[in-house]
Amino acid sequence: MAGYKPVAIQTYPILGEKITQDTLYWNNYKTPVQIKEFGAVSKVDFSPQPPYNYAVTASSRIHIYGRYSQEPIKTFSRFKDTAYCATFRQDGKLLVAGSEDGGVQLFDISGRAPLRQFEGHTKAVHTVDFTADKYHVVSGADDYTVKLWDIPNSKAILTFKEHSDYVRCGCASKLNPDLFVTGSYDHTVKMFDTRTNESVISVEHGQPVESVLLFPSGGLLVSAGGRYVKVWDMLKGGQLLVSLKNHHKTVTCLYLSSSGQRLLSGSLDRKVKIYSTASYKVVHSFDYAASILSLALAHEDETIVVGMTNGILSVKHRKSEAKKDASSRKRRPAYRTFIKGKNYTKQRDDISITRPSKKHLELYDRDLKNFRISKALDRVLEPEITIKTPEITVSIIKELNRRGVLANALAGRDEKELSRILNFLIRNLSQPRFAPVLINVAEIIIDIYLPVIGQSPVVDKKFLLLQGLVEKEIDYQRELLETLGMMEMLFATTTTKESTFLLEHKSDGLLGKKIES
Amino acid sequence: MEEEESLRVVRCGGSELNFRRAVFSADSKYIFCVSGDFVKVYSTATEECVHILHGHSKLVTGVQPNPNNHLQLYSCSLDGTIKLWDYLDGILIKTFVVGHKLHALFTVAHAEDSVFVTINKEKPDVFQLVSVKLPKSSSQEIEAKEVSFVLDYINQSPKCIAFGNEGEYVAAARDFYLSVYFFKKKTTSRFTLSSSKNKKHAKNDFTCVACHPKEDCIASGHRDGKIRLWRNFDDDKKYTYTCLHWHHDMVMDLAFSVTGTSLLSGGRESVLVEWRDATEKNKEFLPRLGATIEHISVSPAGDLFCTSHSDNKIIVIHRNLEASAIIQGLVKDRNIFTGLLIDPRTSALVLNGKPGHLQFYSLQSDKQLYNLDIIQQEYINDSDLIQIELTKAAFDCQGNWLATVEQRQEKETELELQMKLWAYNKKTQGFVLNTRVGMPHEDHITALCFCKAEKSENPTLVTASKDGHFKVWILTDDSDIYRKAFGWTCDFVGSYHKYQATNCCFSEDGSLLAVSFEEIVTIWDSETWELKCTFCQRAGKIRHLCFGRLTCSKYLLGATENDFLCCWNLLSCELEWSTKLNVKVMETDPNSENIAAIAQSSVGSDLFVFKPSEPRPLYIQKTISREEVHWGVFVPRDVPESFTSEAYQWLNRSQFYFLTKSQSLLTFSAKSPEEKLTPTSKQLLAEESLPTTPFYFILGKHRQQQDETLNDSSGNELVQLPLTENIPAISELLHTPAHVLPSASFLCSMFINSLLLSKETKSAEEIPDDVDMEEERKSDDSDEENDFTEKIQDTDTIDLGEDILHQLSKSEEKELRKLRKVDYSWIAAL
Repeated sequence: MAGYKPVAIQTYPILGEKITQDTLYWNNYKTPVQIKEFGAVSKVDFSPQPPYNYAVTASSRIHIYGRYSQEPIKTFSRFKDTAYCATFRQDGKLLVAGSEDGGVQLFDISGRAPLRQFEGHTKAVHTVDFTADKYHVVSGADDYTVKLWDIPNSKAILTFKEHSDYVRCGCASKLNPDLFVTGSYDHTVKMFDTRTNESVISVEHGQPVESVLLFPSGGLLVSAGGRYVKVWDMLKGGQLLVSLKNHHKTVTCLYLSSSGQRLLSGSLDRKVKIYSTASYKVVHSFDYAASILSLALAHEDETIVVGMTNGILSVKHRKSEAKKDASSRKRRPAYRTFIKGKNYTKQRDDISITRPSKKHLELYDRDLKNFRISKALDRVLEPEITIKTPEITVSIIKELNRRGVLANALAGRDEKELSRILNFLIRNLSQPRFAPVLINVAEIIIDIYLPVIGQSPVVDKKFLLLQGLVEKEIDYQRELLETLGMMEMLFATTTTKESTFLLEHKSDGLLGKKIES
Repeated sequence: MEEEESLRVVRCGGSELNFRRAVFSADSKYIFCVSGDFVKVYSTATEECVHILHGHSKLVTGVQPNPNNHLQLYSCSLDGTIKLWDYLDGILIKTFVVGHKLHALFTVAHAEDSVFVTINKEKPDVFQLVSVKLPKSSSQEIEAKEVSFVLDYINQSPKCIAFGNEGEYVAAARDFYLSVYFFKKKTTSRFTLSSSKNKKHAKNDFTCVACHPKEDCIASGHRDGKIRLWRNFDDDKKYTYTCLHWHHDMVMDLAFSVTGTSLLSGGRESVLVEWRDATEKNKEFLPRLGATIEHISVSPAGDLFCTSHSDNKIIVIHRNLEASAIIQGLVKDRNIFTGLLIDPRTSALVLNGKPGHLQFYSLQSDKQLYNLDIIQQEYINDSDLIQIELTKAAFDCQGNWLATVEQRQEKETELELQMKLWAYNKKTQGFVLNTRVGMPHEDHITALCFCKAEKSENPTLVTASKDGHFKVWILTDDSDIYRKAFGWTCDFVGSYHKYQATNCCFSEDGSLLAVSFEEIVTIWDSETWELKCTFCQRAGKIRHLCFGRLTCSKYLLGATENDFLCCWNLLSCELEWSTKLNVKVMETDPNSENIAAIAQSSVGSDLFVFKPSEPRPLYIQKTISREEVHWGVFVPRDVPESFTSEAYQWLNRSQFYFLTKSQSLLTFSAKSPEEKLTPTSKQLLAEESLPTTPFYFILGKHRQQQDETLNDSSGNELVQLPLTENIPAISELLHTPAHVLPSASFLCSMFINSLLLSKETKSAEEIPDDVDMEEERKSDDSDEENDFTEKIQDTDTIDLGEDILHQLSKSEEKELRKLRKVDYSWIAAL
């Protein structure tokens, strides 16, 4: 009593990488632009303000690039030694950088000479950052100290000497001007409060810490060191939330996507992994040519910039989304058509009549429903179906065969239609999942059109092509069988060896027993 | 317990409903159909079986309403009797003994005291239509021997005989002839189709005949799909016929509508065709009725049609060609490949049903629960086609998973196989397709079984195939952060020296898997899938394999094709015992250690029930059926029986059902036949569940309104007498017969007391409250009718007992108090 059942289209699993929302999102970037720097790119930082320029620290220079420029629009090169960690202020006007000689320099983006120089560290300063109130700078150095500088009078306000090894990374809170964290090679990450003169929370990472990151809310802390990325809940006093071990070399950099939903980590194993911050599962990963030292995402994830040890800067831009034509869309009924009578409640005397919902049928299904078999076959032999979704064509052919009318549907075709079917056969006959159905079709066609062969050069050519294809396939199968035979022989020899080895072992045991007795 | 003495084999699961045309009652409320030895009365509105008329001792072959009394029904049977029934009460009124085997029954309105029946004399294939005079007599059983001959050499089927124009003539068809007998002239005309004379294999022989109710017109259906309309047939020379052709296959049945304006026809296409005005152009169709239409009948009132189908189904169809009810019996149309299964959730019997479907049949209520569409493809009704067959099915132990295998083999090399796994969805209470595996094996799948261990956390399925492999399938979690997904994947592939795998079976605790490879049984550890040991008896291929249960779980049983039943001990890995027995069916009881084996002998099938640990069988019954038994199953009982005798104890916890070659479902019963019959108390239920008609809406509403106004007025009176119906004492008094009651003087005081208000005056307050509720609801419903609702609200305030006190005048208040005082004094006096 049920209605017409549409033909079941055989679906096949898509092999290879699974397509998820994340893969679609993260693959939607253009091919990377490669920029050669003078040395290993130790830090990339995007200006938080438009036009979202980025500062690249490599060797003793800091280059500022525009979003789409391949040449630096500005260069700071007044460093005697290697520069480290060029970082923009929140308003994008100032830039701070540390250097190998222990100095910290503050630059105006528009100027060239340093505005301020903070002297006080005795060894290389690897990390600097602005605090949330914009008037202070935090720096960590290889002399195990962390200093808080006042920008106006370029004096050190506070010095923390709690770390017992190099301080190589740090991050200031975006919300609280008094809080910042630093990570050190003494395996600890410490959170400092400028109001208390000492660290408030200290967590043990277990490996030398290469990078730290605070979530925008300040509640979660991410630390990277060794092969591990660890997430800490700061509101619970630094409890370990999750430990991730997805890289097989040291993780060097961390970054948070602009939505805060995804965490990116770059590593010396030349991979960038993307985690979901809800489940902390890897959802995607990128491969790069060399070990990754630094990583940054532009506003709205528009650009991914990765700096590598070989001095190559890889810049990937998001593909601009094709704008859909508003005009081409069909005009829909007005909104009031849909809401009409929506809030009408059923009255007591009303008799509700439900109209049976009309099931949508594909065109070929409509033809099959009305037993128009040749037309149904014509429809699925349209090029758009045969090329994009050959499984639909094959399913319809299978259905026609099940109905016992395949020969009728194939018969009575002219040169053009026949060559279309033969084209489809040539394209798909050798595919193992379609082969059983299509071989049958080929047999039927040969049976039907054998008497008229030689009348059309086009069709004859197609037949010859098909013949060649079948011969090639047979050869291929034979080769496969030969290989299989060889492999079986190899397997057989290995198993016999094992058994003989076992026998020897046994005989040894027997011998041993004999000797004992 | 006398009836325990003999264990009888009884038929169950209903018989064919489509054997003969179903017949409507005069008011189209009921439909009668023959079903085995019974006549079943169904309600056309609710599809419920209202009565089962039992009395015939053999197959009932015809049923007709009594033309002189439309509350009565004639039925005839192969036992040679015609019975007259009152179908409303389900009572047998009279039995007329004719003596011959009766094959069909016809009644004609003007022939008051005689009916027409088809009998066969002497030769097996020669049938006669005779009229039987039914003598009037008051006795229950009457001999009706007054038989007068009407037509000879006719077709056995009642479809080929039709009475026309209020019984003036009768038309009968056989092979290529149409004979018409005129009662007044007492002459027979015979017409032959012209084309049939010269062609040897002509396909235009008659299949059915119908007569126009008003005009002299006969419609005949033919095997080539044509319908011929014969006119002027009272003249041998001048007769004419016109042809209607739509069916591409045999016309199975024809029927004229009551007025004769349209002709209905049906056939293998399972499309009901309505020909309007007997022309080829005006056709209406009702397609996709599911199976071949076997019979068509029309209700005397003309508002309903009904079609009987080959899948044991009757569809009641409205005049405008809309199906209104389906009466479905156990589908027995086709081969049973899946065997008998039990759905653990509903404990329904599950087997092949409609093409491509599994049917779930409740044995308790003898009713089909539902059909599960497995193949999900359009069914093309054509005899030459090779259809996809549903060959195997299995449930897991809780009924959460169902595995099915379907196959289609057109040529030797072209095998299409598909395995589907269905998950039970609690929300929709049905099975939902979870995983589809195309070509799970390279050859036919011979066995399919789930691991039935209760504790197993991961469902496991094993398939064995002729390609020499068995595969283990497990449920795997494929879910990630985007979606939740569970699917079945292949976990292990095992084989044994390229022999064909024929059976597979899990032990009760799920720790061992036994797979038989032709003559050899292999035992595998289900944890590591290691081959543990093999058994070989060299006694032919293994046909059945099963583990013992409970205390006998150390035994493995195998039945071979060379008629051996072997029992191996799994602890010692040795043959425990073996015996020569041609076992066709071997089933384990899920509730005990018992194993039932049905063996084929030259006379019939024998049943043996035994425990693997004991050398002697518990129970033996020879020749349970003359035919070969194909399948059997133990069905756990809801309520355990308590047979005391040793021989029947195996039936205490489970019932054993089996299916024979001719697809009759049989079981064992120790009860006498009378006890087994269902009481006819269902009738009342059916009456109540009849649908509400427009009249009900009008009258029912009117009555409700009356009630409401009554309540309103009583509410205004404030002091309300309790409703007499609510008091048990009064209702008891009124419903007890007068002759058993005590004297009126004794009852008087009791009666008066019961009418008094109770101490809390509970009833008086509660009832107006209820009314309020109703009124409020009503006011919610009708927002627009503002003035109306206001009125109601006015009455609301009056209704409320407490509010009223403020509004009452002082004199009324006084009266009230007085009344209350009086009340209390009364109660105190009591």
